Parts: sequence; structure tokens; C-alpha cells
Amino acid sequence: MVKAFVEIHLKKGVADPEGSNTLKALKLLGFENATDVKSAKLFEIDLEEEDKAKAKGILEEMCNRLLANPVIHDYQIRFE
Amino acid sequence: MKVEEVKVCILIIEGTNCEEETSQAFRRSGASPEIVHLKQLLGQDTRPEETRKLGDYQILVIPGGFSSGDYVRAGAILAARIKSRMEGALVEFIEEGKPVLGICNGFQILVELGVLPGIQSTMSRYPTASLGWNDSGRFECRPTLLENWNKGKCIFTSMLERGQIIQAPTAHAEGKFMLPKHREKELLDTLKDNDQIVFRYVDAEGQIAGYPWNPNGSLFSIAGICNSEGNVFGMMPHPERTYFGFQQADWTRNVPDNGDGKAVFESVLDYVAKKF
Repeated sequence: MVKAFVEIHLKKGVADPEGSNTLKALKLLGFENATDVKSAKLFEIDLEEEDKAKAKGILEEMCNRLLANPVIHDYQIRFE
Repeated sequence: MKVEEVKVCILIIEGTNCEEETSQAFRRSGASPEIVHLKQLLGQDTRPEETRKLGDYQILVIPGGFSSGDYVRAGAILAARIKSRMEGALVEFIEEGKPVLGICNGFQILVELGVLPGIQSTMSRYPTASLGWNDSGRFECRPTLLENWNKGKCIFTSMLERGQIIQAPTAHAEGKFMLPKHREKELLDTLKDNDQIVFRYVDAEGQIAGYPWNPNGSLFSIAGICNSEGNVFGMMPHPERTYFGFQQADWTRNVPDNGDGKAVFESVLDYVAKKF
């Protein structure tokens, strides 16, 4: 069993209203030195697979088939 | 076949909306629509008499809404559920030349499924386009004007002249049509060459214009596209919300007999009645 963290980011240039609205709210709260906020999604996935290389392949397929849209997203996979 | 024999499957799951309006539009145009839950097609948690087969219908419509709460991305969950359990049935349906219509969330689902743009294959393994966040960063709910840009491939706009402008309201937060940046020009050219671009957002003079005429910042002002065969069609605005004349934004001044969106429903029914 492995525990993986899959982080989904928007590609550069793709609009991120969640990030920009969060930045606006932070500034309103007085965090004026905040210059940029990007939203990202983190999925924590338990996988019944001992081989990390195999697990990585499976997780990449998960990203391509559901978690990310390759047109607008990049993803990073980390293991615990 | 006769129009009244045309069975229309209006597919719903949790979070779907506008299925009643869509059903009403097909009924008023003379067809036999049925609102069908995804589980009825999968034979899941249903009584035998409630089970349905996709192949028994001539038209599949995925209506608007916020299926599965827009979790992960708008349309992603329903697309995954369809792909995992009935990919074969859907591909067969499309390859038989039967029409598939996706409105709003339905368009997002068809893109996530990989059946739109559908340039090289009926269904791609991964999505090849995206309906991303509106440039305004918020939900846009407004009447929009759409120019029929199709030269005749799309079976859903055969009753419209090329260049004809129709009204249909938009209501979405994620409607910006995008192609992969590194292949954008090439793929857009292919869509043009294949006559896959159907509706473009225009202003009151019929010219391509920025926000708010184009409510989301879509590439090439695209509001709707079809696959390379012309029988799968997705659009962000809602034609079922301008089916009747009194639904038009200017109905108090113009009072038309019919709404502009009616042409979409009549076009597809005409195609099915002639073909099957």
C-alpha cells in the first residue's frame, strides 16, 4: 500500500478566479505584501500497489482520465 | 420514420437542470422525449421495468446543470461515469449517425468525454479541448446572440441560414472554449476546414465583439461546435430557453410566433425522420 499526493495546477496563462479572488481577500485583510495566489487541488490517494514505478503509472493515468484535463492542467505526484 | 416515433433520451443525474424545458421543446416539436436517469441506462438500483437501453432511442440529449456538483471540473464526473460503464454503447450510437446534443453542462460533458471536438476519432481517450473558467471569473447569466457559422455539416442547424443570428441565453461559469496552447492554431484551422464550428458569439450588429457579447472569452468566439461527422453537437447557450416566442429577451416589443432556439430541435428531428 502506498499513499500518494497528487497536486493539480492550472497551466500558466489559464484564468484562475479562485486564486485571484483569494488574493483580493487577503489584501483586504491587510496582507498587502501578498503579490500572487494560485489555487491548486490536492488529492490524497491510497493505492494497493507496492511498486512505486507502477503506482506512478497508475496515478498518471488517473490524472489523464479524471483528475486533470491535460489542456489546462499540470500535475505532480509525490509519495509519502 | 415519423417525427412522433422519434424517441429522445434526455439523460439526467443529480444536479441536472433544464431537462423539463428540453423535454417540452421536443414534445412541442412532435417527438417522444423521455427523461432518463443514468442508472436506468446502467440497470443500477432500478426495477426491471425502469431499465432502458440507449440503443432504443434515436436522439441523446445531455441537458444543462451542475451534474455531480461540478466536482473535480464541470462535467468531469458524469463523463467518467458514462465512459466507464457505457463507452461502447455511446460510441456505437454515434457511429450509427444518431444525434447527440449537449447543452451547457452537456457540452462540458461531451468535451470531457472526448466526443467533442471529435476530430480524429469518435471518442478520444483523454479530453482534447476544455471549457474553462470565464474570463470575468464569475457566473455569466445573460442573453447572447449567436451567428450560425456552419456551412451545412451540423445536423442541428440545417433550418438556419448561414450567417443567421439567433438569441439564446447563457448561464455558466465555465464556458470558455480552449484548445491546447501549443497546437491552438493548427486545431482551430482543422475545425474550420472540417466545418465543425457552429455558433459564434456576436454583437447586436452581427460583428464579433468582446465582453459581454462574448460572455466567457472563448477562443474564436466559439459558442458551439460539432464533431467531424456533424451528428454530435455541443453549445454553451440554452436553445430550449428560447423555444417559445415569449422567451425571447425582446418579446414585449417583437412578440415572435416562435423562439429562435426552436430551429435547433426542428433541425435534428427533420434529420432523424429522414434518415431512420
